[in-house]
Amino acid sequence: MLRIRDLWVEVEGRDILKGINLDVSEGEIIALLGPNGSGKSSLMHTLMGNPKYKVVKGKIEFMNVDITKLPTDERAKLGMGIAMQIPPKLKGIKLRDLIREISKRYGTEFNFVMELASRIEAAHLLERDLYDGFSGGEMKKTEILLLAAQRPKFSLLDEPDSGIDLQTLPILGRAISDVLNKSNDGAYKKGAGIVVTHTGQILKYLKSISRGYIIIDGEIKCFGDPYAILEDIERLGFNNCINRISVVR
Amino acid sequence: MDLEELREKAKEALNKPAKYGPDLDISRFPPPPKPRSPQDILGQSSHLLASVGIDPTGKSGSGTYIQVDEEPVELKTNIEGVRVLTLSGAIEEGIVDDYFWRAIPVDEDKYTAAAELFGNHEGYVIIAEKGAKIEKPIYTCFLMSTPGSIQAPHNIIIVEEGAELHTITGCLTMMEAPGLHAGISEYYIKRGGKLTYTMIHEWSEHTHVRPRTSVIVEEGGQYASYYINLTPTASLQTDPKVYLMGEGAKTYLSSVVVSKGNSLMDIGGTAYLKARNTSAEIVSKSITKDEAEVITRSLISAEASGSKGHIECDGLLLSKSSRILTLPALDAKVDDVQLSHEAAVGRLDEDQIYYLRTKGFSEKEAVDMLIKGFMKVKVEGLPKPLVRQIEAAMEMAAVGL
Repeated sequence: MLRIRDLWVEVEGRDILKGINLDVSEGEIIALLGPNGSGKSSLMHTLMGNPKYKVVKGKIEFMNVDITKLPTDERAKLGMGIAMQIPPKLKGIKLRDLIREISKRYGTEFNFVMELASRIEAAHLLERDLYDGFSGGEMKKTEILLLAAQRPKFSLLDEPDSGIDLQTLPILGRAISDVLNKSNDGAYKKGAGIVVTHTGQILKYLKSISRGYIIIDGEIKCFGDPYAILEDIERLGFNNCINRISVVR
Repeated sequence: MDLEELREKAKEALNKPAKYGPDLDISRFPPPPKPRSPQDILGQSSHLLASVGIDPTGKSGSGTYIQVDEEPVELKTNIEGVRVLTLSGAIEEGIVDDYFWRAIPVDEDKYTAAAELFGNHEGYVIIAEKGAKIEKPIYTCFLMSTPGSIQAPHNIIIVEEGAELHTITGCLTMMEAPGLHAGISEYYIKRGGKLTYTMIHEWSEHTHVRPRTSVIVEEGGQYASYYINLTPTASLQTDPKVYLMGEGAKTYLSSVVVSKGNSLMDIGGTAYLKARNTSAEIVSKSITKDEAEVITRSLISAEASGSKGHIECDGLLLSKSSRILTLPALDAKVDDVQLSHEAAVGRLDEDQIYYLRTKGFSEKEAVDMLIKGFMKVKVEGLPKPLVRQIEAAMEMAAVGL
């Protein structure tokens, strides 16, 4: 479904992704792990087409379409969606209004999103301007709600678990599972995606992660069973664990 | 003060420049002749009235006042508890002696002087009677139709004790020729009264505008004002002043202006917190395009203990060669007051545009949404029809940005 070939990306003249190769099949969810500043978020934004990230070499294909040069909104229309790590403040744009507008565009039932909002205890945010004075946890919940309105075929989840307290984590984890499992297309009932996680906590609640990748300094260093990788990272740290698992050629 | 004395003072001030804004030679804008068929002019412009928030039928409101050039054309009230009069009529009845030129000095500058000397003592007087809750708005409208002339109405609103009143004023011009609009507004809100004042301006790039507004609010009274300017304007300078004279009085002043072409808009807002526990919030939102320039001046002067004030100035530049200057000022004259301000000026944030595009909105849609969001002002507690009018005006303002 998603095919990344020899992807080189720079920001303000600095190489931040150096020859990424990655494949994600239909209905498959993979985990992307790595230390701070390793390029995880950069890969997410490059896949979504943020103009700040310049692709200098390589190719991204989504559902057999070359999207390397496609504008962000066209990618969204093809079925890609992102839950950002730190979304910007959108003054004067009320959460409820944005959910309504997005739901309308993607044919999502408004009530499905509203029901999810109360389940993840985010209903009190609906009348507020987006991200204006939101706590870290409120941001994460809101990002998931908006993703639920869009129901992408392919979800990019950028650290959905950072700043989430342990009580909220299972609730949010289940909500993410729901969103991933209700994608917006008959042909792709089960959504695919990439979950970026720094701590790995969210993986416990997303049962069907097929592979985990470690990215360091803009390169994918290794991949393997995501849960085993997590254990190794916890014990040995990122740099040591890459020696133990299948190293990417 | 008798009328003769006022005239003399006005004459002396006829060349006195205003504190701010480009100085105009007002002799270039003589008073217009009496319009021959003001009803016809009104008929031709009914579609324009709607664009400045005025219901041309007047049916959705509690009353209507329409003035063409210096001539009152329509005057009516639909309900009890509120009176709508012409100023000349009210002077004749002797009911505005305590209000006429009592909040603004007649010799403040050449524009107040011009209003006294050339305005024919026309304009509206609206009186909300004690305890009357007038939910539907009063529509007032000023239309300029004679090229090269001045329009200088003098308006008075009196909200008696415990009364509540909402007005929508639309000002517009029918001509693509120079003109000067210098309107005087003196508003008085008695104990526990409430006034919401919405003014929508739609001038042309040849119109010079110099409104002079002062509001006096007594104990527990509230004054909220929404000023919206939609179209290019040769020059606009105004600095409404609100005097909170009684304990617990409040004011909220907001302005949303879209400045295009070669427009120059110099928009102030001043609140004097003269009694205990009074509060003021001044919010200005400016959008500039082309070569336009906006200056926003806001001052909150806290002179009594327990008073609070907040200023918010936001500016959005949509072109490289436009300019926004914001000058928020806080003046604390006693120590137990809370005053604050925040200001942000710049162009649209790329991250915000990108964010909305990740949701599937095109660049243009994203920009439109952000501009509309930028222009939003607090409308909580306002009657629904008024909120709709304000929102409709914002929609109009956003068109073509």
